[in-house]
Amino acid sequence: MYGRKVKLRLIFILLVLTALILTIFLILKSLEENVVYFQSPSEISELIEIDGKKIRVGGMVKKDSISLTSDQLKFIISDFKNEIIVTYSGVVPNLFEEEKGVVAEGYLKDRNFLSATKILAKHDENYMPPEVKKALEEK
Amino acid sequence: MLSSTIGYYGLILGLLCSLLLIFFNLQNFRVQKILNTRILSLTFLQFLFVKISFVSLIISFVLSDFSNETVFNNSHSTKPIFYKIAGVWGNHEGSLLLWLLVLTLFTLIFLLKTKNQPLQYRILTLTFQQIIIIGFFVFVIKTSNPFNYIFPVPDEGLGLNPILQDPLLAIHPPILYLGYVGSSIIFSSALAATTLGLISKSWATHIKKWVLASWIFLTIGILLGSIWAYYELGWGGFWFWDPVENVSLMPWLVLTTLLHCILVLQKRLILTSWVIILSISTFTLSMCGTFLVRSGILNSIHTFANDPERGLFILIFLFILIFLSIIIFFLFNKRDENNNVNFFWLSKETAILINNWFMMYFLSVVLIGTVYPIFLDVLTTNKISVGPPFYHKLIIPFLIPFLIMMGIGSRLKWIKSNLEDKAQLILALIISILIAILIVKNLDVKFLINITLISSAFYLFLITSRDFFIKKEKNSSQKIAHFGFSLLILSILVNNLFSTEIITNLKVGQQFENSNSKILFKNIIQKDEKNYKSIVGNFIIENNNGKIEEFFPELRIYNQPKIVTSEADIKTTLTTDRFMTINVVQNQEYFNIRYQSKPFMIWIWLSVILISCGGILSFLNKEYEK
Repeated sequence: MYGRKVKLRLIFILLVLTALILTIFLILKSLEENVVYFQSPSEISELIEIDGKKIRVGGMVKKDSISLTSDQLKFIISDFKNEIIVTYSGVVPNLFEEEKGVVAEGYLKDRNFLSATKILAKHDENYMPPEVKKALEEK
Repeated sequence: MLSSTIGYYGLILGLLCSLLLIFFNLQNFRVQKILNTRILSLTFLQFLFVKISFVSLIISFVLSDFSNETVFNNSHSTKPIFYKIAGVWGNHEGSLLLWLLVLTLFTLIFLLKTKNQPLQYRILTLTFQQIIIIGFFVFVIKTSNPFNYIFPVPDEGLGLNPILQDPLLAIHPPILYLGYVGSSIIFSSALAATTLGLISKSWATHIKKWVLASWIFLTIGILLGSIWAYYELGWGGFWFWDPVENVSLMPWLVLTTLLHCILVLQKRLILTSWVIILSISTFTLSMCGTFLVRSGILNSIHTFANDPERGLFILIFLFILIFLSIIIFFLFNKRDENNNVNFFWLSKETAILINNWFMMYFLSVVLIGTVYPIFLDVLTTNKISVGPPFYHKLIIPFLIPFLIMMGIGSRLKWIKSNLEDKAQLILALIISILIAILIVKNLDVKFLINITLISSAFYLFLITSRDFFIKKEKNSSQKIAHFGFSLLILSILVNNLFSTEIITNLKVGQQFENSNSKILFKNIIQKDEKNYKSIVGNFIIENNNGKIEEFFPELRIYNQPKIVTSEADIKTTLTTDRFMTINVVQNQEYFNIRYQSKPFMIWIWLSVILISCGGILSFLNKEYEK
C-alpha cells in the first residue's frame, strides 16, 4: 500500500492536529472557567438570578460608608443610581478612599451584597478604572 | 528653549539620513562591489543626530525647562538630579526616543561588526533596519514629539509619579529596550538572509551573538522589573501575570526557543524555516508589547497618558511589518533540499524540538490570556479579566514533562544517541520522588500534582547540579543556565508551598496572635519630609520559636503629584524573606496590616542572575561548541 515514509508522515500530522485541537480546547475551557466579568451595581440590580461565579463590581466608594473593624472592611459601591454593599477582609490598596473609583472582585450573596476577595484601586489620584468610568457615564 | 529646538531638528535630520540611506542602499545593492563609504558615515551621522536629540532632552530635564511639554508633565524642580535624568525615559515620549537611540546604535554596531559577511546581505539587513527606523521616526515626530512647547511657560512641573522614582526603575526600561531592539536586528537579518538564500551554518553562528545579546538584556530587564514590583508595589510577590509583565515574557519565550533552535541550525542545518519564523515573531512580539503598553489598551500600572492615535499608528506599522515578512518568507524561503534528514527519536535535536513545542504552548497561553480580554471588549463590550488561576492551571501541568525533557535532553548527543548511564538517571528519579514525598507529606496541599511537580523539578535540579559541579568540561554556559533554571523552578515551588501570610486590621497598641506568630503594633511615627508626609509604623513580631524582630513599614503621602505609596519593610536572609506593609484607610482608627514570610525569595533573583550569567559566558566565549 503506502510507503513507510508516507505512513509516518500521516501519523505525525495526525498527532500534531490532535495536539493542536486539544490545546485550543484546554485553553478555551480554562478561559471560560477563570474569566471574571465586570458589572456595575445597576447591572447587578437587574440580574434575574445569581450564580456562584466570581465577578467584578466597579463604581465610586460612597461617602461616609467605609467602616473598618479588626477583621473586616465594609463599604458601599455606588454608580449614583444603584448601590451595593461590599464586605472584605484582606489587603486594602493604597488609594482606597471615599468618593474615588474602586473595583471589587468577589462573589454575590444577593443583589445588593458582595463578599469580596480582592479590592483594586490605582496608584494615581486622578485614576479611574476604564470600566468604572464607563459604568458612571451610562448612568 | 534652545535645547528643544536642537533636539527637534536632530530628529528631522535623523529621518533625512534614513531616506538617504535607503537610496544609497538600493544603488549599492545593484552595483555590488564594495560597501559605499557614504552608507557607513550616514549610519554614523544618524546615530549622532538621535544622540544629540536625546542629550538635549536630558539637558531640558536637568535644567527643568518647563517650556518643554514633556518636562512639564514629568518633572519637578525639587526632584533629585538622578531622577530628573531617569525621568527622561520614565514617560512615553522620552522612552520612544530611547528606543530610537538604541535602534540606531544597534544598526551602527551591526554594520561595523559584519565586515566579513556578504555585502548584499549587509545592505539588505540595513535596509530593513532603516524601514523600522523610519517608522519610529515618523511615530515620534508625528504623535509623540518630546520637544513640544507650551506657552505661557509654567513655573513648576507636574512631577514624576513617586513609585517610578526608584533606582531599579531608572535602569529597567533601558535594559529591557536593549533586549527588544536587539531583536529588530535578528528580524532584519533573518529577512535579508532568507531573501538572499543565505540561511546557513555560518549565518547561524553570526546571528547567534545577537540572539544571545538580546536574550541577556531581556532576561535582566524582566528581572529588574520583577524585583521592583516586589518591594515597591507592596503586593508581596515576584510575578502577577499582569498584562504588562506578560508582554515582556512573550518575546522572552520566543527568544529562548530561538536560542536553542539556532544551535540546532548551527550543528545540523535543519529547522531553517522554523528559525526564520521565530526570528520574525520575536520582533513582532516586542513591537506588540510596545503597542499594548503605549497605546493604553492595557489597564495597568505602566499606562502613561494616552492617545488613541498612537495605538493606531503602531498597529498599522506592525501590520506592515508582519505583511512584509510573510511575503518575503513565502516568496523566498526554499524548502530544505536535504529534506530527508531524519530525526532520530533519541537525540539532542529531538529533545530541543519537543521542548520547543512546549515553549510555543506556554507562549500561546500567555498570548491568549493577555489578548483575549481586549478582543472581547472590542467585539462585545463585555469587560473581563483573566487572573493567575488561568495561567497556573494551564502552565503548571505541562511544566512536568518540560522539566524532565530538559533534564534528559542535555545528556543526549546530536544526531543519534543512546541514553548513557541509565542507572544514574533512574536513581536520580527515585531520589527526587522520595524528596518530593518527604516535602509534601506534612503539607495540606493537593498530593498528586505537587508530588509530580516537585519530583520533576528536583530531577532536573539533581541532573543539572551534577553536570554543574562534577563534569567540568565543555559547554559550561549551558550548564550554568540550565542549573539556574532548575534552581529558579525549585525556589518558586518552595516559595509557593511554604509562604505564610497574615492580613489583619490593628489599632495602635493592639496585638494580633495566631499559632505561628504574635504581632504587636507598638506605635506610629509621623514625619514631614520635603515632598511627602511619612507615617512609619513600629511593629514587634514574635515567632513561635521565640525570635523577636522589629519592623518599620512606611506609608508615604506625596504632595506632587498626590499619591500614596507603601514602603514595605523587608528583612532578607538566605532562607526567608519577611515582608511587612501597612496601609491606612480614610478616617479610620484601624490600620490594614500585611505580614508575609516568603522562603527562598532571594534564590529566585539569584537563579535568574545565574541564568543570565550562562548567557553572558556563552556570548563571551568565541567558540564554545567543542
